[in-house]
Amino acid sequence: MKPPRFDYHAPESLDEALDLLADSGPDARILAGGQSLVPALNFRLARPSVLIDINGVAELAGIEDAGERLVIGATTRQRAIETSETVARRVPLLHEATRYVAHLPIRTRGTLGGSVANADPAAEDPAVAAALEATMVCRSRRGERRIAAAGFFIDVLTTALEPDEMLIAVEFPGIPDGAGAAFAEISRRDGDFALAGVAAQIAISNGRVADARIAACGVGPAPLRFRDAEDALLDSACGPEAIEAACDAVAASSDPHDDVHASAAYRRQLAAAMARRALNGARARAGGAA
Amino acid sequence: MTAKRSVTVTVNGETRTGEAEPRMLLSDFLRDTLGLTGTHVGCEHGICGACTVHVDGEAARSCLMLAVQADGAEIETVEGLADGETLHRLQQLFSKHRALQCGFCTPGMLMTALDLVRHRPNLTEAEIRSGMAAVLCRCTGYEGIVHAVAEYASGGER
Amino acid sequence: MTAASPAGYIGRSVPRREDRRLLLGQGSYVADLVLPGMVHAAFARSQLAHARIVSVDFARALAEPGAVFALGGAELAREMPPIGGMQVTAPKGWAERVDHRITLPPQNLMASDRVRYVGEAFAVVCADSRYAAEDAVEAIDAGFEPLPAVVDPEAASAPDAAVIHPDLGTNAVAELHVEKGDVAAAMASAPHRIRRRIRHHRYAAMPLECRGVAAEYDRRTDSLTVWSSTQVVHWVRKELAFALGMAEEKIRVLAPDVGGGFGGKGHVYPEDLIIPWLARRIGRPVRWVEDRHEHILNAAHSRDNIHDAEIGFDDTGRILAFRDDFIVDSGAYSPVGAGVAYNTTAHLLGPYHIENFAGGTVVAITNKTPNAPYRGAGRPEAVQVTERLMDIVADTLGMEPADVRLRNMIGPERMPYDVGLPYRDGVPMTYDSGDYPASLRRAIDEIGGIEAFRERQEKARAEGRWLGLGLGCYTEGTGVGPFEGATVKVDASGKIVVSTGACPIGQGHETVFAQVTADAWNVPIEDVVVLLADTSTLTMGYGSIASRSTVTSSMAIGDASDKVKAKVLAVAAHLLEASEADLELRDGRVAVKGVPDMAVSLREIAAAAAPGWLSRRPEGSEAGLEATSYYEPPTVTWAYASNAAIVEIEPDTGRVRIERYVEVHDAGRLVNPGLADGQVKGGLVQGLGGALYESIEYDEAGQLLTGSFADYLLPTAAETPPIEVVHMETPTPLNPLGVKGLGEGGAIAPPVVIANAVTDALKPFGVEFNTLPIRWQDVRAAFDS
Repeated sequence: MKPPRFDYHAPESLDEALDLLADSGPDARILAGGQSLVPALNFRLARPSVLIDINGVAELAGIEDAGERLVIGATTRQRAIETSETVARRVPLLHEATRYVAHLPIRTRGTLGGSVANADPAAEDPAVAAALEATMVCRSRRGERRIAAAGFFIDVLTTALEPDEMLIAVEFPGIPDGAGAAFAEISRRDGDFALAGVAAQIAISNGRVADARIAACGVGPAPLRFRDAEDALLDSACGPEAIEAACDAVAASSDPHDDVHASAAYRRQLAAAMARRALNGARARAGGAA
Repeated sequence: MTAKRSVTVTVNGETRTGEAEPRMLLSDFLRDTLGLTGTHVGCEHGICGACTVHVDGEAARSCLMLAVQADGAEIETVEGLADGETLHRLQQLFSKHRALQCGFCTPGMLMTALDLVRHRPNLTEAEIRSGMAAVLCRCTGYEGIVHAVAEYASGGER
Repeated sequence: MTAASPAGYIGRSVPRREDRRLLLGQGSYVADLVLPGMVHAAFARSQLAHARIVSVDFARALAEPGAVFALGGAELAREMPPIGGMQVTAPKGWAERVDHRITLPPQNLMASDRVRYVGEAFAVVCADSRYAAEDAVEAIDAGFEPLPAVVDPEAASAPDAAVIHPDLGTNAVAELHVEKGDVAAAMASAPHRIRRRIRHHRYAAMPLECRGVAAEYDRRTDSLTVWSSTQVVHWVRKELAFALGMAEEKIRVLAPDVGGGFGGKGHVYPEDLIIPWLARRIGRPVRWVEDRHEHILNAAHSRDNIHDAEIGFDDTGRILAFRDDFIVDSGAYSPVGAGVAYNTTAHLLGPYHIENFAGGTVVAITNKTPNAPYRGAGRPEAVQVTERLMDIVADTLGMEPADVRLRNMIGPERMPYDVGLPYRDGVPMTYDSGDYPASLRRAIDEIGGIEAFRERQEKARAEGRWLGLGLGCYTEGTGVGPFEGATVKVDASGKIVVSTGACPIGQGHETVFAQVTADAWNVPIEDVVVLLADTSTLTMGYGSIASRSTVTSSMAIGDASDKVKAKVLAVAAHLLEASEADLELRDGRVAVKGVPDMAVSLREIAAAAAPGWLSRRPEGSEAGLEATSYYEPPTVTWAYASNAAIVEIEPDTGRVRIERYVEVHDAGRLVNPGLADGQVKGGLVQGLGGALYESIEYDEAGQLLTGSFADYLLPTAAETPPIEVVHMETPTPLNPLGVKGLGEGGAIAPPVVIANAVTDALKPFGVEFNTLPIRWQDVRAAFDS
């Protein structure tokens, strides 16, 4: 379990990194935190000709409060997100979900951008991005594209990124006043990828749900956002019946798979169960309840 | 660019330089190039945690980093914990609580626990169990490990 | 052996000698060894479950940078014989009593003409680094012609199945049958009969250190030194001597620090022989360190039984007849023969008096990784069957499961108890000591009592919470033969130096045998040197498998110590001009009783006993203070335990949370209670892993689906509940220390205890959990049933 040979570059600026990416061909891979890529290298499942290590590109790391949005650089460590008071306040859903990402020593190296660009369907960060309709800021030598989550995650480990394009930041909308967010997940063991994880954020105004965002990981080929479930909650008082209707919608809209850990049917049940927990949690945290 | 490169790290306070192919894992660089075999390799895919070391003061899997990425970093390994002949307090507590049997996971357990305790004050037992879930032990059933970390965490030494 | 233990180390939780080096990162495992000029081996392993090897070409592999040597299985088969006669022969007393047909499939060291499981090696490469060796393995051009994969053990043993070892003519390589009483008549007349199919899944020892072998050949002396991460150094040496045509004394096999084994390193593997052969062939030291993926593919798996059991009983819950026919999925080979299979049969009766019993076994070859002993070694499978049936009997009669067990348990007044079957050592099974009912009552008390639990359970159900109580009892033959050796000497420094065939894998043997020796010699423990897992220190040894080392090594150390002490006293009497009867050994000196100043130290005695001009030993006596003993136990000692657990089930997910787990364990007298406790608790968590998390899964094509630690799930600290272990200490009469074995015990019961607890929790839904592991999805599904 040793990686195959590859060329290695450690650019120190974004432009340099983008040039390398453009010039290295389709077999090049970007190395961010490496917590998914290096295991794949060790199993020789990933066989890049060129690795472009972006950990030395200082401009890619950092958390910036930009008014309505929180801009998180691609190589910002999950550990930094977990310990960021700003993230906890502005994007509490991301903050809570990050604690479910593997274990602390993995989050030491793991990056938000790496997780989002890797698009593992069972990973937490993409689900949060999907729920909050985050914007993926993608850059290539050709220019910048801003891709909404709905158009970014395409399939298992597949995104809208072009081969010469790099995810450089993720922009999350700050949580509105009076909204509540919660993340609920079940995994086989502590720190494992989700069998089902649900991210929910609800804004309640005058006793009525003004905004609802629900997305899940582990129950489809990509992070799924559940518009039907959101619709079931909108304008409701967010009572048990509305929440049950939303959970039913989550189960119905899930598109899970069978594997050694869980059957598709069971994952569907878990999606509903986690939706119930996340929605109850979000409602309890939301202000403005009736 | 697949050629070997020079990698310089500060390990346990000492500056060390070695050659590494870009693909060489940090775990192998520490063990084979620098001879620091206290760091163990149990799975090479980031699950077992035996290879956990501190990189710039934080616990990380050395099997999931390339040696070239550690160039210029400060690394701490299990070999750096004791003060001369005197075991680190956590090492003493591991012995007291019978937190090791075969000893293979122990380096990863120690390095993970030190970071966990430093990172998160006032750990509950559930938090210790969750935090130490980062490292697998096949021998002890974890009880001694949890007790050792709990006593260490409550002892004020951070 | 001296009965008294004046130094008093036995029975105390003496701190471990091993800890300091391991905590400092100064342990030395095979992967830490660096030998001058060493090359690194990597194996090419089959990606198909069953295929004919058409071609293996190394041209590209040898052209890889750093590649040094490459060899295929067919060439190796011309150099070395198939792996030799395995551990389990049939002792006379067993062969006469058990109907048996056993054929062992021959196992070439590497596949030569066909591969029979995913992961089987068909070629090996040596290179300057493991990285380069893996590059070269990838560059091997090998052609295969796929054959039908035989994956299901029942289909495998059907007459029309494709035969995996054509020379044997069948995949059913072993059949065993043993009976006592008249099970047919008793079953026919029993007022109640139930039949169940009960399956124990495949899981594995999975030590944190994978396997590894390093070898160095010295051409000048024609000798080999081999370091293996093994539990059986002497056995490795024996097979090596045979395979290489060398004298045993020209081969030294050592196990350095070993990072866990649990039986998974308890037999000789092909790599134990191939790596030394390569070192001799290439003329450079060779090291192979197995990686995790290889380990999961290639190191032995275990368990994997399907049982069809029937039990007959009366209205009071008394068991009248018990019949169990089961099939063992042996994988592609049978590394230790039918030993594990019979061990299952031998443990089916457990702590119960059942007069009529029949056990039948088929060992089936399939295209999977070979099945060999892992902590428990056949017992968890047996205990799963018997203890599920106990609960089903209780459920059928509307009784408490505890009452059915107590109704049938062998009481202490019946000890020693003749079971009526032979053990695998050929000796009639005789439970030697213990109080089984007391242990079950104690476990129930510790968990809070049945009645209190039932009240709580009922109240919880009314609140939509689902609690269950599970019990599980077992007996366990421990300290099995055939023998263990020990050499004891007093060296020139006056230290007691002990070597024995035990091979530690984390248990704390250095500490335990120092305690035993210090007490035998009445010396401070610091004066004892313990040498282990090194064939150069002992002529014949057996190794650490089957919960045997504390029993067998301690006895061999005791016997050898007695012989050396007799020499010591004779020399001391000569030096002190006293009668031996007036002397006592204490604190490293021999003194005249009541006259402590009239004494000589062991160092002085050693000098006097030495051969040569300065010798002052009695005329005619043999020089030196050294003796070797080989202890051959009369038969096994019987440890036993009772378990109780409370689980709570999350209805929306089916997740099983273990609230409490109690085991009352009796392994006789405990040499080091702290270490014994650690052995039992560690085993229990492995059992819980098997109950809920760990499972080796294959698809229909024989592809392994759980080849990484992301899919093969060892429990972590977070999944592990608080575990309470109570030690009863009923000494065995079979040895003077009163010790029984305890390495495996913990791992035996948890799977069925959790199955019973989950079934109890979901009793209103009428679902039985008779298949392991317990999957949350099946638990969740029960709510929909």
